[in-house]
Amino acid sequence: MLKNRIIPCLDVKNGRVVKGINFVDLKDAGDPVEQAKIYSEGGADEICFLDITASNENRDTIYEVVEKTSKKCFVPLTVGGGVRSVDDINKLLNCGADKVSINTAAVQNADVVYDSSKKFGSQCIVVAIDAKKKGEMWEVFTHGGRNKTGINALEFAKKMEDSGAGELLVTSMDRDGTQLGYDIDLMSKISSTVNIPVIASGGVGNLDHLVDGIKLGNANAVLAASIFHYGKYTIKEAKEYLKSKNVLVRL
Amino acid sequence: MKVTIVDYKSGNISSVINSFREVAKNKVNIEVTADLNKIKSSDKIVLPGQGSFKSCVDALNNINGLVDTLNKFAISDKKPLIGICVGLQMFADIGYEETETKGLGWISGNVSKIDNQNGKYKLPHIGWNQINIIKESKILKDIENNSHMYFVHSYEFIPNDKNVISATIDYSSNIVCAVEKDNIFGTQFHPEKSDKIGLKIINNFINL
Repeated sequence: MLKNRIIPCLDVKNGRVVKGINFVDLKDAGDPVEQAKIYSEGGADEICFLDITASNENRDTIYEVVEKTSKKCFVPLTVGGGVRSVDDINKLLNCGADKVSINTAAVQNADVVYDSSKKFGSQCIVVAIDAKKKGEMWEVFTHGGRNKTGINALEFAKKMEDSGAGELLVTSMDRDGTQLGYDIDLMSKISSTVNIPVIASGGVGNLDHLVDGIKLGNANAVLAASIFHYGKYTIKEAKEYLKSKNVLVRL
Repeated sequence: MKVTIVDYKSGNISSVINSFREVAKNKVNIEVTADLNKIKSSDKIVLPGQGSFKSCVDALNNINGLVDTLNKFAISDKKPLIGICVGLQMFADIGYEETETKGLGWISGNVSKIDNQNGKYKLPHIGWNQINIIKESKILKDIENNSHMYFVHSYEFIPNDKNVISATIDYSSNIVCAVEKDNIFGTQFHPEKSDKIGLKIINNFINL
């Protein structure tokens, strides 16, 4: 049987991890390579890097990080943040990323998704959707949640599937950072709208939230950042808990 | 010994290169090339493949003489070759992704879309699935039954002769995930992304 994936996400800025794992025995707590290694050795099913480097001059640092990490981590590596073009995707894949997640560029121009999935295969194209509840619908936001678009998230999800996305990474902006749990309604509606896998993101504060994301939100994978970074739970603890709640995981 | 990863511009092969180099350390020479002479002089070949069946077959055919060289290596000279993902799928006679496309024809069969049972199963099949080993295979040596491997694909290889199948997975139906026919090996999963257990398969191949 296919297992549900647990994906820790690391924010990387100027080549360094921000809000890193709080382990005392780390030689260099800001080193993304070392942290990714800890996660993969702990049983992470996939590692996600989100590049939050603000300035263009420092963009190249993420390539170095990906290159180094992919030589040490033998689980899938997804990289997102600031991906604008087919050329950006190509560079990240060449450095050793297995998948690239596209956010703002996918909203601005669906051809980026279409062209890159044709060129590299759908398996490496993840579309990241940031959505916020607005009345009865969810609205898509871009630029790291700063700009509203007026686009309905469910319609956009379908459009991205049709354009060739292999997976959707769905973040609830209402829940992100709140530790109140995923927006289950949003996850389950998107999951039933598309036939490609959905990764739930935004709002995890405890392990029951991961269970809910899969069981109630029908997500195929759950992404979390802070519960793992601060050493609140290890990946193994999370997976054991999920297993005890009858969620299929790789242990 | 020299192991060559065939770089026929089939998409992203960095992870394949990294994993083989990690396993080989400095003991085995890992070459990444599409140079026919270098392929001919190799002891073993790795045939990766990403994207669609058609795009991979087209990419192979785009390099003059490559298919003939691979045919000689695997079929006439019977030297070890492993196909990964679409690399395995191309062993088939025919594939149905995008449009009907002729494969290498090394293992008789076809490559068809996984039956998603009207949306009950999501495609691509992405993630970790447990393999069911049904036949002893050299590359699965010391791999426990029900081990988890990492998959990402929407199409499956359906060989005519079921004796070539060394492992299957359960996703919608029993899907072939490892084959072995004489000197030809293939995995639908990605050993290069399947953690330590995947590296072990790579090690088994290198040590054949």
